Amino acid sequence: MIDKKIIDELVQVLGKDNVLTSKAERICYSYDATQQSFLPEVVLQPGSAEEIALIMKLANRERIPVFPRGAGSGFTGGSLPTKGGIVLCTEQMDQILEIDEENLVATVEPGVVTERFQKAVEKVGLFYPPDPASLKFSTLGGNVAECAGGPRCVKYGVTKDFIIGLEVVTPTGDIITTGGPTMKGVVGYDLTKLLCGSEGTLGIITRIVIKLLPLPQAKKTMLVLFDSIDGAAQAVSAITRNKIIPTTLEFMDGRTIECVRQATDLDLPETAQAVLIIEVDGDREFLDKQVNSIAEIIKPLGVVETRIATTPEESEALWQIRRSVSASLRKVNPDKFNEDICVPRSKVPEMIRKVDAIADKYQIPIVNFGHAGDGNIHVNIMVNRKVSGDIMKAEGAIKAVFKAALELGGTMSGEHGVGIAKAPYIPLEITPAAAEYMKAIKKALDPNNILNPGKIFLDSPEN
Amino acid sequence: MAKLKKLEDYRDEIERCVKCGACRAHCPAFDAERREGRVARGKIALASSILEGEVGLEPKVLEDLSQCLLCGSCCAGCPNKVHTEDIVAAARRQIAKERGLSTFGKGVATVLGRPKLMNLLAKSGGSLSSLLFKKLPKDSGLHLRFPAPYLEKGRTLPPITAKPFRERVPEVIPGDSQQPTVLFFTGCGINYMYPAVGEAFLKALKFLGVTVIIPKDQACCGLPAVSAGATKTIESLADQNLAAINRHNFEYIVTACASCNSGLGNIYAEMGDEFEEMSAKVMDIFVFLVKHGLAEKLEALPKAEQRIKVTYHDPCHLRNQGITKEPRQILKALPQVEFVEMPDAGTCCGLGGTYSVYHYEHTKRIAARKAGNVASSGADLVATDCPGCIMQLQDGINHAEGTQRALHILELLAEALPE
Repeated sequence: MIDKKIIDELVQVLGKDNVLTSKAERICYSYDATQQSFLPEVVLQPGSAEEIALIMKLANRERIPVFPRGAGSGFTGGSLPTKGGIVLCTEQMDQILEIDEENLVATVEPGVVTERFQKAVEKVGLFYPPDPASLKFSTLGGNVAECAGGPRCVKYGVTKDFIIGLEVVTPTGDIITTGGPTMKGVVGYDLTKLLCGSEGTLGIITRIVIKLLPLPQAKKTMLVLFDSIDGAAQAVSAITRNKIIPTTLEFMDGRTIECVRQATDLDLPETAQAVLIIEVDGDREFLDKQVNSIAEIIKPLGVVETRIATTPEESEALWQIRRSVSASLRKVNPDKFNEDICVPRSKVPEMIRKVDAIADKYQIPIVNFGHAGDGNIHVNIMVNRKVSGDIMKAEGAIKAVFKAALELGGTMSGEHGVGIAKAPYIPLEITPAAAEYMKAIKKALDPNNILNPGKIFLDSPEN
Repeated sequence: MAKLKKLEDYRDEIERCVKCGACRAHCPAFDAERREGRVARGKIALASSILEGEVGLEPKVLEDLSQCLLCGSCCAGCPNKVHTEDIVAAARRQIAKERGLSTFGKGVATVLGRPKLMNLLAKSGGSLSSLLFKKLPKDSGLHLRFPAPYLEKGRTLPPITAKPFRERVPEVIPGDSQQPTVLFFTGCGINYMYPAVGEAFLKALKFLGVTVIIPKDQACCGLPAVSAGATKTIESLADQNLAAINRHNFEYIVTACASCNSGLGNIYAEMGDEFEEMSAKVMDIFVFLVKHGLAEKLEALPKAEQRIKVTYHDPCHLRNQGITKEPRQILKALPQVEFVEMPDAGTCCGLGGTYSVYHYEHTKRIAARKAGNVASSGADLVATDCPGCIMQLQDGINHAEGTQRALHILELLAEALPE
């Protein structure tokens, strides 16, 4: 229970405007993209690491749970205040502190929106590749906490591959820094990597040091329609085998194409059972050559049609097909569970076949699209929450999908994280010994279980 | 009788929001102050909580619901195309019904509902320059139309005309019998503030030989009342306009104001079956002109040697209907114009009905960004298709100490046409 005395103390630290207590304000911080909702007792909007440290000390003293939040756009409930308590929103800390063009390093606060940062570095000819679908509104703090991915990760890697240093407020209220602006550094444990993807359970990120790349000169997009999912999958392996790593290798399966065909007037022939959108980037003169060799390599694999964009407008038109997927799916069923399993890329066709079998078994529509290049498949289980039994069917199907991915040497989540949505399934993937190893870290750093409790691992009974 | 939908009629629309947060990238009000209650997702959560009885109409709820421009930018960027602007307007009507209209809402409702009072107010203001306007005594009736918060915070306004446009022109201006007949729905902006735009409208249609009817008894479309949540005012204005319009025979109702176009074409269409036929005839002036071949005629004219750089601002109420090409098409075809595109031409100017009255400080922030975009385009003029936007764009430019002028495309068109 947060009483008036505690609120007064918080107001003293943060100022009245940054302590939100009315029900209306709390409702607005009760949800995220999982569509679940938990009402916090108070929402705090701190402006500095020092303020956050004071909040964490107070929270430990009073045993109040604290739930860090960026833009609240996560798919697994990482920012949901499942036990009430405090929502700690880092959105006000939104300054790009430095873009160091000499060392190709930038320093930012956690509330900076990803796209804003990308545009800022691109202005000076630099490049921050991670591109989660939410990049126009999600924050870098959230991206680091969840280790966000995106289509370009095939070539460039995920968020953690670009984070070289952090400033963090620990669960007990100390301010520490990890890593730093150097490209190398092996002194002590690599806490930066540990904190990336720790889903706000081990610390609150207050400053991020980011490694940048030179901005590629140009990019080129092609869209290839295949007569089977196997053809598309073999194309992915064939391209990689020929030592070409495209920037993105997005795919859509037959069911996805069917949805888009029904919902839009985009030109997708009936014979197409799979689509690959391939983008390459680099020096301009090099790109035509690369696109042509890709077209040669995939030719024997059941290609129905190849479309190569020659202008940015044509490229945009090709991407339009991929972008219309989300809205098109709603025509199948109004609600969806968006899982993001990842398998070794050679196993993609086998995984799709397994998902099709699961869809048949549970009598529920499942459509697959996503990042074929790194085996990260978005498995969308389409349901209608208002139809009784749909949710139960979906839960059965989700578990079956996870098991299938694990059997193929994959993982339950490539980029969305565990949060509360996947927490019940953790024992499927992580052995008891490994889980204990992780929990020991959490317990040592957060003895009172104050910071984002109940995330990743369900609370054990003694809590 | 016209009948508007209630908040509970939007239950399905509210449920279609999946809380993904995409609206955060598109909302000008959220951009001005980054709090979740400012953005569509938060407002939908509040509307849902009102329906479920979880929150009452407490001050924080009213504050957040007032922080919406009803511009529809969120809907344009929403993967599920949820119409938050309709949900917020319905919520405001419910607030007005339960709490009474706010002071400003009352002012709007009183004046808009009584054209004679509006004419009187306009006349008494006609001799005043915008500078004098600022010094009006507090008890002046003009504050009803442009209430205190507008003026006290340094807003610059165009002067109010002494003789409203509709009093200057005959009710019917006959044209060529081979050409269609259109009904000109002028709206308040043209009638009271920008009569020159009305004159330019007539000149353009005369050039095409079109017969124009300008009903004297047409009233305000009611859009400012939609923003204020004044249900009865909107409904009675709709009935009044329907009666005024139905007295005439014509092929199209043409507007030169994006807000009126959306009011008559979209909002009325949902108010009852009797509006269906009328709403279907509503057409924007540039859609009409392009359809009747004016773009080709203009392109055939020799280009001027010294051309003036002009950029275009998309009014929300046209952009939301997908009308973005035709105004540009006419603008680009003008012999004296060199068209330049500005960044983010489609983002809201920040007027948003009552928004700019309650939240002028935020409006100024949105307008400053817009003024920056106009400047960066290198244009000397920013042309648009809505008197409200013209007023707001000019105010933003004035505050940014810019030299550009905001005007209606029709004014440029009239220059290019023979006398």
